[in-house]
Amino acid sequence: MKGMTIIVKKTTQLIAGLVFLYGIYIIIHGHLTPGGGFAGGVILAGSFILQILAFGSEFTHLLKEETGSTFYENMAILVVLFLAVSGLLFGLKVFFLNWVPQGTPGEIISAGMLPLYNIFVGIEVAASILTIFLALVIFKEEISK
Amino acid sequence: MTVYLLCFILFLVGLYGVITRRNLIKIAISLSIMEFSSFLFFALIGFVDGGVAPIVDPADPLKTYVDPLPQALVLTAIVIGLATTAMLMAVIIRIYRKYKTFDIREISNLRG
Amino acid sequence: MNPLIPLFVVVPLAGAFLIMILGRFIRDFHKYFTSLVLLFLVILSFYSLFNSDGNVSVYKVGGWEPVNRIPIGIYMVMDGFTLILLCIVNLIGFLSVFYSISYISRYTSENFFYALFCLMIAGMNGVVLSGDIFNIFVFLEISAISSYALVAFGVEKNELEATFKYQVLGGLASFMILFGIGFIYWKTKTLNIADIKTALGTGNDKYYYLFVQILILSGFGLKAAIIPFHAWLPDAHSSAPSPISAMLSGVLIKAVGIYVIFRLFFNMFILTEAMAVLITTLGTLSMVVGVFLAIGQWDIKRLLAYHSISQMGYVVMSVGIGMILISRGVNDKIATLAVAGGLFHLINHAAFKGLLFLNAGAIEYSTGTRDLKEMGGLSRSMPFTSATSFIASLSISGVPPFNGFFSKLIIIIAAIMAKFYLLAALAVIVSIITLASFLKFQRYAFYNKTQEKVKGDIKEVPFPMIFSMVILSVMCLLLSLLAFPGIREAVLSPAIEILTDPGRYSFQIIGF
Repeated sequence: MKGMTIIVKKTTQLIAGLVFLYGIYIIIHGHLTPGGGFAGGVILAGSFILQILAFGSEFTHLLKEETGSTFYENMAILVVLFLAVSGLLFGLKVFFLNWVPQGTPGEIISAGMLPLYNIFVGIEVAASILTIFLALVIFKEEISK
Repeated sequence: MTVYLLCFILFLVGLYGVITRRNLIKIAISLSIMEFSSFLFFALIGFVDGGVAPIVDPADPLKTYVDPLPQALVLTAIVIGLATTAMLMAVIIRIYRKYKTFDIREISNLRG
Repeated sequence: MNPLIPLFVVVPLAGAFLIMILGRFIRDFHKYFTSLVLLFLVILSFYSLFNSDGNVSVYKVGGWEPVNRIPIGIYMVMDGFTLILLCIVNLIGFLSVFYSISYISRYTSENFFYALFCLMIAGMNGVVLSGDIFNIFVFLEISAISSYALVAFGVEKNELEATFKYQVLGGLASFMILFGIGFIYWKTKTLNIADIKTALGTGNDKYYYLFVQILILSGFGLKAAIIPFHAWLPDAHSSAPSPISAMLSGVLIKAVGIYVIFRLFFNMFILTEAMAVLITTLGTLSMVVGVFLAIGQWDIKRLLAYHSISQMGYVVMSVGIGMILISRGVNDKIATLAVAGGLFHLINHAAFKGLLFLNAGAIEYSTGTRDLKEMGGLSRSMPFTSATSFIASLSISGVPPFNGFFSKLIIIIAAIMAKFYLLAALAVIVSIITLASFLKFQRYAFYNKTQEKVKGDIKEVPFPMIFSMVILSVMCLLLSLLAFPGIREAVLSPAIEILTDPGRYSFQIIGF
């Protein structure tokens, strides 16, 4: 598909990096403010989708299959499962235990393992929403040919 | 009581859309509206009179908070609703490629 | 706390995502890895079945202990009823995966098939193992979305239309379930099944809980395809690829429909006679309407799908008779017999309906058609398929010494002893009509003269498909041993006790 007009392209060049940064901020402060893994992941995916929509698929050289984003999605989920199973090794030996020492409430590095879960769930959600979008766009191109 | 009634009206709007619309994409969007009405209902359940948002302020930790559990349930349910809608959209695009139409009255290959 | 309980959910989930990553690099990795994962789950579930001694194991996820005797945190519960369903799900899953090693090679992108299959198994294991109602909803959605994608796997016109109908009705069902959970949470302020039972015991709002029970029955009844919620089942089960039809009809409608209805109505709500009569009526209607709609079908898989509705009607009717007797507070022994008959028929139906769908898939693989009028004389060219199909048809019609006879006998005896003579008569009539329908299937498919369209080189199907079908037919014979007292004590009695004894479930989990 073709890209959009030059006003949209210039605005996207200015804003896409800031949207990405905002997504990372929401993910990392997930245990202090509302948001967390899922909402931050959607915003991260939003910045990529904005660039694809604004510049068009010929410019960004979309491939026939969405292999790259699928790889990140699967790796992130395996890391989340591995972190959950690692609770079986320490302390009480249950699934999903919060075994990292918890600091004082209100700091960024506190609440044990929650920031780690938030980060990996954020990567996973961003990759999977990007995969859904790419699958639909690539399929639409096949129809219109 | 009026807020619960408004949730119910939103559900009826969604149900009307699923039953009477002919375009496939309108059916999908109406299903989505129906699910959103249940999210609204869940978020309204946890309201406590005089409560504030459930974010703990380290200086003053003993206030009356609103119930945070339904809010966590709504987050999970929103993710599930997203997955269902995405699956439905992918199937609709494939149907368009095979049948060349979005009209549900033409898609009736299976009978009996 | 039993450390094996979370493995039932974690292992297939991790397996699904490993298949997606490594399946691109190593050739044929997906088939053997999935078979290994499911074989591991089968061994684990049978080991837990024979080692549990009728106790209830509770696993508190995250290690959150109860505060002031109120459970906080998510509980995973494994008791007798769960163990039966775990064994059925994993065994039929393993046999279907083994069957699909050679069947799915006709489709493209096999990676996705095995990954979605593992996700579906993980979802079903999660539903039967969970001890709190929102967890049931989450795992139900995981397995439902995987099954939507699997029904549409070979993307032809029929399959896409079938999955669209399935998805819209499935979405409606999920919405009703979520609404019901919301209403329960509003009054009881807790999500744990045992704790809700304690909170409901002291409340007085009869009409509120009647509304909630009707919502939950409609939502899960749509997933279990009871009349009048059966409209998606014939299309979805006949258009799906055959191993998926065997899984859907043999396991999915039981694990996410019938299991949850029984668990919530016996162990969470307080049984009233009105709801019990309603459930029994719905079961009887399913039984009768299903078999009458099945007589006139000429497509093999549509015929089998309508028979699924009818056999599920047997199960619901029998347990409904047990519910009526318990709610009246009389005749504990007859109620136990009725519930035992229903659960035994559940196990048997998984075995013989799975076998019948795998046979239909084998016929389609060899001859390329599903219409009964176009095939014939297959017993000479496909001996294994014809022998196992004969065994399965005799089982479903209730002919001794196969397993269908014993379970239908127990259901009819329980109905007569409880003085429901009309239901017993209907059960016998439906059984006779089922026999007639399957004799038609056997004659037109296997013993007629070969028709014009399928003349040619019809060979027997490859080894993995034969292996699965033979194992299931041996199970059909072995399962009839479950009616005898020694084995019944080990397998069925823990399940029946946990369902029919009013205080036992909540006592074992939270202590009062």
